Amino acid sequence: MPGFVEWGLELIRRASSDLSPDVETVVRRGRDAEPEGSTARNVLDSILQNVTMSRTDATPICQDTGLTTFFVHLPRGYDAEAVRADLVEAIRQATIEGILRPNSVHPITGKNTGDNVGVDLPHIEFEPAHDDAVTIDLLLKGGGSENCGAQYRLPDASIKAGRDLDGVERCVIDMVHKAQGQGCAPGILGVCIGGDRAGSYMGAKRQLLRHLDDANPDPQLADMESRLLEKCNRLGIGPMGFGGVTTLLGVKIGWMHRHPASFFVSIAYCCWADRRRRLVVRDGIAQVL
Amino acid sequence: MASEPIKMRLPASEDALRALRIGDEVLITGTVVTARDMAHKYMVEQRPESLRDILEGALIYHCGPIMVRDGEGWRIVSAGPTTSSREEPYQADVLENYRLGGVIGKGGMGEKTSAALKKCGAVYFHAVGGAGTLLAKRVKKVREVRMLEEFGVPEAFWVLEVEDFPVVVTMDSVGGSLHREVLEASAQKRKDLLGL
Repeated sequence: MPGFVEWGLELIRRASSDLSPDVETVVRRGRDAEPEGSTARNVLDSILQNVTMSRTDATPICQDTGLTTFFVHLPRGYDAEAVRADLVEAIRQATIEGILRPNSVHPITGKNTGDNVGVDLPHIEFEPAHDDAVTIDLLLKGGGSENCGAQYRLPDASIKAGRDLDGVERCVIDMVHKAQGQGCAPGILGVCIGGDRAGSYMGAKRQLLRHLDDANPDPQLADMESRLLEKCNRLGIGPMGFGGVTTLLGVKIGWMHRHPASFFVSIAYCCWADRRRRLVVRDGIAQVL
Repeated sequence: MASEPIKMRLPASEDALRALRIGDEVLITGTVVTARDMAHKYMVEQRPESLRDILEGALIYHCGPIMVRDGEGWRIVSAGPTTSSREEPYQADVLENYRLGGVIGKGGMGEKTSAALKKCGAVYFHAVGGAGTLLAKRVKKVREVRMLEEFGVPEAFWVLEVEDFPVVVTMDSVGGSLHREVLEASAQKRKDLLGL
């Protein structure tokens, strides 16, 4: 009977090679918005062509398959250590098969472990599930886009940002300008308002698990998401930073309670190749969504 | 905007490289050699003569590909560009020392590299970031690999024969930089949006 090694491998394969349709739809919309014959449109055409090829051939959309981050929800009675061991084995196999590039480098010796396994790699966050199903969200996020992430501490006089939502907006606009095309624009932003330094960054990353066509349950934040998308696209950075109207594909905003003295705004930048998939296992039957 | 891409065969003449301008779309055929962070540090600090035979007249490609063992050789699976700005401290020196035709990468590079392109008559070509499968299909042959043991797969020097490899000129040999132009235009828009 198949278990988490096989299911994990299928989850990784789908995340790496089969772009989620909600992302593809917005890339296509961006492509149509760029003028005919422009480099911006040609870039988005190449991206769409590459998405189709990767899906057909089951090959990685991008050679930088990033660091593997799993968000696992386990029902009562599951052995988290056993699930971890299986996911690690799935990663080893995926690396041998060329679904993942070996991306685990020792920071002091410079040596690559060659199998994507190392200290805190893969990164796995375990949480209790609220029903009988095991849910595993996987995010493959490339290094170039990760390097573009930023954390602001409000107030920040250099951008006239106070400790309020207007201040948060200013951080986002400033960050997108700083990133230019470096993170493989058009990008997707995960934003977290509040939290401590570490939690806030992870909160921002978690926002990237949301689908682009979902609605933020908080109407104020929902408004802010669409307003920031529109404003950032007015920067004119465009696909790959070549200029154009498609700088971002989406903005997703969440929050955490903060310490009275701290007001962090953390932004995770994800490239257009937002490789995320979800594995759901219910009654021994697995499905990758 | 060029309507038809320019076809270019490597090694290209200095005149042909100097004729290219930012915005030109080019299809490259010939030898490109992958080199990223460890490779650039190595080329500048050790200045190895042993790389001259693969680098002269070729293009350096900022790329860490996915490779799979295929009998005695290697099969390339996914091979898009990586962010070039990390090589800014090294690139000018490498361009001059190894007499490259230029560089393929993404995200553009800074003023030091721009000056070196001008001096050497070389060009910075931009490939589409994230188009790993599409670009790997334009690699016709994996000729050889160097420093694999020392650097690991993503950081090794992979010598690739490419055919009609699609790129856009974003930094040319007369000091032009599409990245500088977009940065300046967007800086003004940022100021307007923030009321600064």
